[in-house]
Amino acid sequence: MDFDYSEEQKQLQQEARRFLLDRCPPSTVRAVLDNSAVSFDRHLWAGMAELGWLGAVIPEVHGGLGLGYVELCAIAEELGRAVAPVPFASTLYFFAEALLQAGSPAQQAQWLPKIARGELIGCFATAEGPGRPSGALTAVVEAGRITGVKIPVTDGDIADVAIVLASAAEAPGLYLVDLGQTSVERTPLSSLDGSRSVAILTFTGARAEPLGEKGAGRRLVDRILQRAAVLLAFEQIGGADRCLQMARDYALQRYVFGRPIGSFQAIKHRLADMYVKNELARSNAYYAAWALDTDAGELPIAAASARLAASDAFDFAAKETIQIYGGMGFTWEADAHLLFRRARQLSLVAGAPAAWAERLVAALSSRPVPLAAEAGA
Amino acid sequence: MNFADSPQESTFRAKVREWLADTAPGYTVSRGAPEAERLVIARAWQAQKAAAGYARVNWPRDWGGTGGTAIQQVIFTEEEARYGVPSGFFGIGLGMCIPTLMKFADIATQNRFAGPALRGEQIWCQLFSEPGAGSDLAALRTRAVWQDDFWLVNGQKVWTTGAHYSDYGLLLARTNTDVPKHAGLTMFWIDMKTPGVQVRPIHQMSGGSDFNEVYLTDARVPDSQRLGDVGAGWKVSLVTLMNERVEGGKDRGPTTEQILALARSVPQGTATVLDDPAFRQKLAMWYVQAEGLRFTRLRTLTALSRGQTPGPESSIGKLVAASRLQELTGELIECQDQFGLIDDAAYAALGGSLHHDYLYAPGLRIAGGTDEILKNIIAERVLGLPGDIRVDKGVPFKDLPTGP
Repeated sequence: MDFDYSEEQKQLQQEARRFLLDRCPPSTVRAVLDNSAVSFDRHLWAGMAELGWLGAVIPEVHGGLGLGYVELCAIAEELGRAVAPVPFASTLYFFAEALLQAGSPAQQAQWLPKIARGELIGCFATAEGPGRPSGALTAVVEAGRITGVKIPVTDGDIADVAIVLASAAEAPGLYLVDLGQTSVERTPLSSLDGSRSVAILTFTGARAEPLGEKGAGRRLVDRILQRAAVLLAFEQIGGADRCLQMARDYALQRYVFGRPIGSFQAIKHRLADMYVKNELARSNAYYAAWALDTDAGELPIAAASARLAASDAFDFAAKETIQIYGGMGFTWEADAHLLFRRARQLSLVAGAPAAWAERLVAALSSRPVPLAAEAGA
Repeated sequence: MNFADSPQESTFRAKVREWLADTAPGYTVSRGAPEAERLVIARAWQAQKAAAGYARVNWPRDWGGTGGTAIQQVIFTEEEARYGVPSGFFGIGLGMCIPTLMKFADIATQNRFAGPALRGEQIWCQLFSEPGAGSDLAALRTRAVWQDDFWLVNGQKVWTTGAHYSDYGLLLARTNTDVPKHAGLTMFWIDMKTPGVQVRPIHQMSGGSDFNEVYLTDARVPDSQRLGDVGAGWKVSLVTLMNERVEGGKDRGPTTEQILALARSVPQGTATVLDDPAFRQKLAMWYVQAEGLRFTRLRTLTALSRGQTPGPESSIGKLVAASRLQELTGELIECQDQFGLIDDAAYAALGGSLHHDYLYAPGLRIAGGTDEILKNIIAERVLGLPGDIRVDKGVPFKDLPTGP
């Protein structure tokens, strides 16, 4: 047993942190946030491709580095810390994961090398409106052609290819859809986190290629969401850690009544609460990283736990950082809102925490026998 | 990152399981059994464990351990928890007092006490808190005055866990009132049978009496029982208290399986409480907190095994566990509607232990550092924030105000 990053993984994380400090300062995030015509930072994306990050877990045979998922988690933590304005999650945690989990050898050979080289942005289109309806989908595939509307699709405005959940003659399935077709219309929308874009994708008879087993769409989506949830949790703990650091530094610099605000217990206890939530989130995330890396049977429970703890921690840290900044925190100039926006973006992009709580309890209550390690709890 | 047993750990776990299966069933006792009965069985069980090398797996051989790893200790504790064997009587001695002796006492004293404590023959308590010195421990007033060939001790301690069945105690006393409060303290060990030591159990709001008042009246303590230098008692106490936070971060209350079974058994409309979405959301967060604490403890162990010192970050264990217990026991009682009023063991859920935990939880948020003190510790020692502005700094103890 070993419950931490290895020395090599820590080194990778430090390298990632240095690279992002240099290439993704707040001004880089703001350049995307402030310009509605720009959806991501191409320069940063290209740099990440050069470092091999886009092929981190893609097998070497497809041009990737073939690293483990814990390494990808270490990179994710730093991307979260930097609030990086890039389609990393859409392309890697969702699109590439779907191909790795369900793609045929031909599909993997066709798309994975392009992802690793930074030549392809992917997206994952499941939602069709507000809420989590369990009924029929409006997106339908007939004779290899897809018709219907997906809203919202994160990175749908910039992606080259989408993986779409759609109904067919049988139960819903996943389909690869090239977004360059004329029968695909993309409508960019304003988003809560303007450093990450959302769009409407409207399909009117576009070619759609089945991905994975027919009728297995819901099951595959669950599996991909579980894996993505772990990686997103690392972005969340990176962001939450950044908030804690910003709030702490500010509390030491800002003086009122002749003393730093960080000497008041009202502020100290708030920062301690942040620290506690962050540590609980990190511990759950480490367990989930192990489960993801080894494809352990514990993954469904571990992923849901990691996502819940990390969503809770980042949400709390982001809003309380603004509170500790005081009036300054409410301005556009202060960086606190970059994290506040990203916290909500990350807690929704793989489905809201309430849905994950439901998944977790469903998994726990159907667990046949207590896990050995939990007997002492 | 690896949360699975290594081959060596797996072998150790199998060996432990086999030994427990053969041995533990003879030493089980109900949590509700009278304390005296539990203590007899606890001592016998502790002796069994010591004989087999499992009393403190990770202690060095010189102390009577087996020189195992901290992870092996965790494995043993996990496996032991599957049986209803008694626990709790020896934690303060083995977890806090003996490690303090190991750091500050001479070899003869260490050898005298380590073995008997390990075998459950001797029990230790910690004589620190006082009526006027809880969160502000360094304000304690129990005096130890040097009388040419012994220290004469007078004062009152309070909240002393297990003093009524303890053989020895660690005693923190004031030896100098002319210097600022932290600088005038000295640590001793004391035989609880010393003339002038009187123990009075405290009747807690939870009904039991785990804690005591201890009165010290002209108790004589030889200088050979001093731990550390005269005036260095505060530094010694920090070693004890740091161990308390490591020891104290353990879970209490019903397991996830017990919570699920209870929620399933309580009807709500045409379904059960377990089908209630609001309840499910809360249950999910309780689980996430418990798992977060479990893995945080394991991360602390990784730091230990890599030669790093676990710092005040281990304070989060008790801080989270106490509030979690309070909230979840309250909710589990409330979800039963009027039936939740009953804590009669014959009718109540989980044999009444849920109600007991509910009445115990308020104390847990105070004992071993209140929520507020633990947050101060995290803020100051982990996050590096400034201490509170102090009005007692540099002031001789005898000049400190003690009331309006």
